[in-house]
Amino acid sequence: MKIRRIDVLVIGAGASGLTSAIKLAEMGYEVSVVERENTLGGILNQCIHSGFGLHYFNEELTGPEFADRLIGLLPDALYLAPNATVDRLIDDENGLGALVFSPESGITRYSSRAIVLAMGCRERNRGNIHIPGSRPSGVYTAGLAQRLVNIEGYIPGKDVVIVGSGDIGLIMARRMSWVGAKVHCVVEIQPYPSGLTRNIVQCLNDFNIPLHLSHVVTKINGNDRVQSVEISPVSREKERGPGSFTVECDTLLLSVGLVPENELTRKFGIAMNHETSGPKVDSRLMTSKPGVFACGNVLHVHDLVDYACEEAERCAKGVDEFLRGVAPETGGPVVSGANVRYVVPGAYNPGSDNRFYLRPMIVKNKSRLSVRAGEVEIYGKNLPHVQPSEMVEATLSKDALKACSGQTLEVRIE
Amino acid sequence: MQDSFDVAVIGAGVTGAAIARRLSEYKLDVALLEKECDVSFGVSKANSGIIHGGFHHSGSTLKGRLEIRGNRMFDQLENELHFPFRRCGILIAAFSTEEMKQVESLYAQGVANQAIGIELCNSDRMLALEPKLNHDVVGGLHAPSGGIIEPYRFVFALVESALKNGVRLITEFEVDRAGRTGDLYDIYAGDRGIKARYVVNAAGLFADKVSKLFGAEEYTIIPRKGEEYLMDREAAALPSRVIFPVPSRVSKGMLVIPTAEGTTMLGPTAEQTGDKTDVSTSEENFERIFYSARRLIPSVSERDIITSFAGVRPTLPENDFFIAVSERRPHFIQAAGIQSPGLTASPAIADYVKDLLKRDGLVLEEDPHYDPEIEPVQRIRNLDIEAIDRLIERDPGYGEIICRCESVSRAEIIDAVRKGHTTLDGVKFYTRAQMGRCQGGFCTFRILKIISEETGIPIDRITKRGRGSYIVGGRIGDFDVAGAGTGRV
Repeated sequence: MKIRRIDVLVIGAGASGLTSAIKLAEMGYEVSVVERENTLGGILNQCIHSGFGLHYFNEELTGPEFADRLIGLLPDALYLAPNATVDRLIDDENGLGALVFSPESGITRYSSRAIVLAMGCRERNRGNIHIPGSRPSGVYTAGLAQRLVNIEGYIPGKDVVIVGSGDIGLIMARRMSWVGAKVHCVVEIQPYPSGLTRNIVQCLNDFNIPLHLSHVVTKINGNDRVQSVEISPVSREKERGPGSFTVECDTLLLSVGLVPENELTRKFGIAMNHETSGPKVDSRLMTSKPGVFACGNVLHVHDLVDYACEEAERCAKGVDEFLRGVAPETGGPVVSGANVRYVVPGAYNPGSDNRFYLRPMIVKNKSRLSVRAGEVEIYGKNLPHVQPSEMVEATLSKDALKACSGQTLEVRIE
Repeated sequence: MQDSFDVAVIGAGVTGAAIARRLSEYKLDVALLEKECDVSFGVSKANSGIIHGGFHHSGSTLKGRLEIRGNRMFDQLENELHFPFRRCGILIAAFSTEEMKQVESLYAQGVANQAIGIELCNSDRMLALEPKLNHDVVGGLHAPSGGIIEPYRFVFALVESALKNGVRLITEFEVDRAGRTGDLYDIYAGDRGIKARYVVNAAGLFADKVSKLFGAEEYTIIPRKGEEYLMDREAAALPSRVIFPVPSRVSKGMLVIPTAEGTTMLGPTAEQTGDKTDVSTSEENFERIFYSARRLIPSVSERDIITSFAGVRPTLPENDFFIAVSERRPHFIQAAGIQSPGLTASPAIADYVKDLLKRDGLVLEEDPHYDPEIEPVQRIRNLDIEAIDRLIERDPGYGEIICRCESVSRAEIIDAVRKGHTTLDGVKFYTRAQMGRCQGGFCTFRILKIISEETGIPIDRITKRGRGSYIVGGRIGDFDVAGAGTGRV
């Protein structure tokens, strides 16, 4: 077994991992990035549509272009280990670190003063939403279908139904249409779309693909390959009732949500946040394990890569402070209040400006974001429209936070 | 193909595989015929994997006797064949005095069957054996000789051992015609044919059809469907023993099972269906299974579901095995109606069929080259760090993790493909890749590539499990894109 000693180990070379690694290397730390694919850039590589980078690079890029920009920023001193999988995190007499498997170098024990978790997320699948029926081939998560089409050059099938109006599902509706498949419809359980509005317009409306809101797939038929699916309006009985219909198709794509990929985190005993499925973090984005930080989709699922990169930069700052022994000023917890599913991070530091990302629970026009310490509103902003699929950002000034130091902040949408 | 064999075993499920391996101990030419493209793709792949404890069935039934005998054969089989197996024990939980009465009669039946270590328990004892049990438990039964295995891995190992000892496996051979020339049966699947002196009908759900094709006994296999739910490794409900409710007249009830690979499984239902190929699951049974499982272990949670599936039991109206020399056709052995406890009984069924063949005139001369052992498969998830490091040095493929959920390396996938498992399901059942919580989201395309590299099968010809179960519909450019939308570019 080989041993590698470094300052910071970054796990995952997607947008968040690369961004935090770049920033940390720029600060002069010795950084290693471990990545299980043999390419850098993570999921960006298969997102060949545009719409990335408007905030972070101030121009519209495709996913691979965005990844290339980041890769271009990588300093030479950075040690990259592609095709390498972290088996587990460890904390023993050799300090904090990880065991890493790779075909080229066998098993390497990394010892580092800090770790950045940037493993991203994975897709929810058929089992998670238990669609009844048979188990033929032709049922794919939208991301897998995207990989097959955009990287491998294969089309999953010719007649497609898509479950879930999340962004990947919408993007795939357009992509499948472009390669000559017929997308019959998109089925969404909620009474509102769960993807970005621009994607509904550009990926469904422009292609005349019907969106069935408040509907679910209640059965998959076919023994070898999918032959048809039954679609029903949502009802309390969960059965095929009035309004149900059958669509003949050979492919069912599932875009039914993403889950932060925290197997390593959980096994290491890090405290988890059940609202985000990511680790609990303090104002520096440090988890319950001193020296272990998290950013990007492993922390909570972001809408835009630009936000994930911004968060990764903040994470790098947090790591730097930790390594320099700068303790954050004592602030207090930040909790989600009315109509807020979660807020990240779950703590604030009155020593600097603090940025928070939160996820609304409701669809509403003319709403207001309010952050309160007790009954006193310390921050507020009007939001023309909120919906669960669009994350909300709030930056609280150092001065506002100083005033309420020690108190719990509650974030609500009203 | 026009080969001649001493014995043709029809059906490469657990029954046929166990029989073929048993016969491979003798100087015999044995063919194992399977209609699917891989073994264990029928009844044997979708069941609960229970090694039963010898108390559910009366010793007056054939299945009861073979269950007891089969149960005792698994330790040696495990030593020889290295499949996942654990004698974790079985508990039956009673929640009323009426149910406790039934438990007492099962206990008496178990004692009469000489089930090893069987024990009648009060509620304290039950909760000590399984603290996760519903605290309303009033008592129950503990059968320490019961256990769990991975059923498909058991079948794969039996077949591998049989092949090593000279059995010939012929897949995608769905018997559709049979005749007899002189002392030999002619057995056909489409334009392919073989000859055999003896035939063993282990065709599972289709044993009735095969029997009829040969002009042997007429009977009807009644399909009885069972739905099951597989839960995450981290599920809080994972018990240490198999937990049964008190059985009903038609089935042993829905269980909470700690699988041999560390996941939790719930089910099965028992439902007569008219269709032998119906392996669909339903919303209604989802609710029944979870209701029933929570009654046994309250911490069972829907949030832990990884996947669901259904299997079909091949039952006969008498509800017993039908294993006999045909009275209507010469040298034709029936091994039909092998439902639960068929998996447990399978090695004993193989012995029993071997004896029937001998009595029917087949000469059994021991093969001095017979080797009961197969090479254990290297699986990195079962090895310590030093051993994995040595393995990677020998073969770098062990260092490339393909399935992250179940820790399966490239070398293990290649091993499965080289052993003939060339479909996605074949690789899944052999290696567990795609079986974890992401259900193939990350590894499917990598496995497709490995299968294609190893076999030369183009990716668009690879299937999930044979026939028309293709994974991809074509290559980019294959479909006509005219009129496909008016999107802004």
